[in-house]
Amino acid sequence: MTIKVLYFASVREAIGLAAEDVALPVGVATLGELRDYIATRGAPWDVLTRTKNLRGAIGQQMKSFDASIKDGDEVAFFPPVTGG
Amino acid sequence: MNVSVQEADFDVGVEIAALSKGDVGAGAVASFVGLVRGDDVSAMTLEHYPGMTEAALAEIVSAAMGRWQLRGVRVIHRVGRLLPGDRIVFVGVASSHRHDAFVACEFIMDFLKTQAPFWKREETATGTRWVDARESDAAAKERWTNSR
Repeated sequence: MTIKVLYFASVREAIGLAAEDVALPVGVATLGELRDYIATRGAPWDVLTRTKNLRGAIGQQMKSFDASIKDGDEVAFFPPVTGG
Repeated sequence: MNVSVQEADFDVGVEIAALSKGDVGAGAVASFVGLVRGDDVSAMTLEHYPGMTEAALAEIVSAAMGRWQLRGVRVIHRVGRLLPGDRIVFVGVASSHRHDAFVACEFIMDFLKTQAPFWKREETATGTRWVDARESDAAAKERWTNSR
């Protein structure tokens, strides 16, 4: 299963990457498990578990970390939004 | 389209006039304009999530239209590098009577602040920093779930 992962703002800056394709091992089925899986690569990806109140989106919609992901999904991780 | 995400500035007068143009039933137009504050900031850059931003804004507008009797809504949010005094965001709402326009305008801003994927990065005399989300913004959004 391959997921397109996007990073924004301070998360993008810390990782030094705006997007990547991530091949998932069996057992990674939710947004939260994907976050933890990427963070296990260590620095700088551990920003995903170090960012306070990290947010996640699937298919360009904000979702909770227990939401399921499926092959081909576009997932994004970012800090709390600060527009307006 | 009543939602725009753009680098260009906008004309507040033109946008307000357009909200009730040709609609004699519109008795009220309320608007909000957000500006870059320059207390200790020399510039700010707004980043967003193209695609999701427009969808999130459209969803917020649609929620407002489902909640109040609105005749027109316009949301414009700028991205890119902005200077103190520059306009960041415009929300305009037209309705038959003032209450719906006033309330819906505030509702849209409160949801935009917490749901639309924009991020501000400020330039100051000592360097640059990402703006932290404010808990008061989350509280402002939450109060709409229990009241109107």
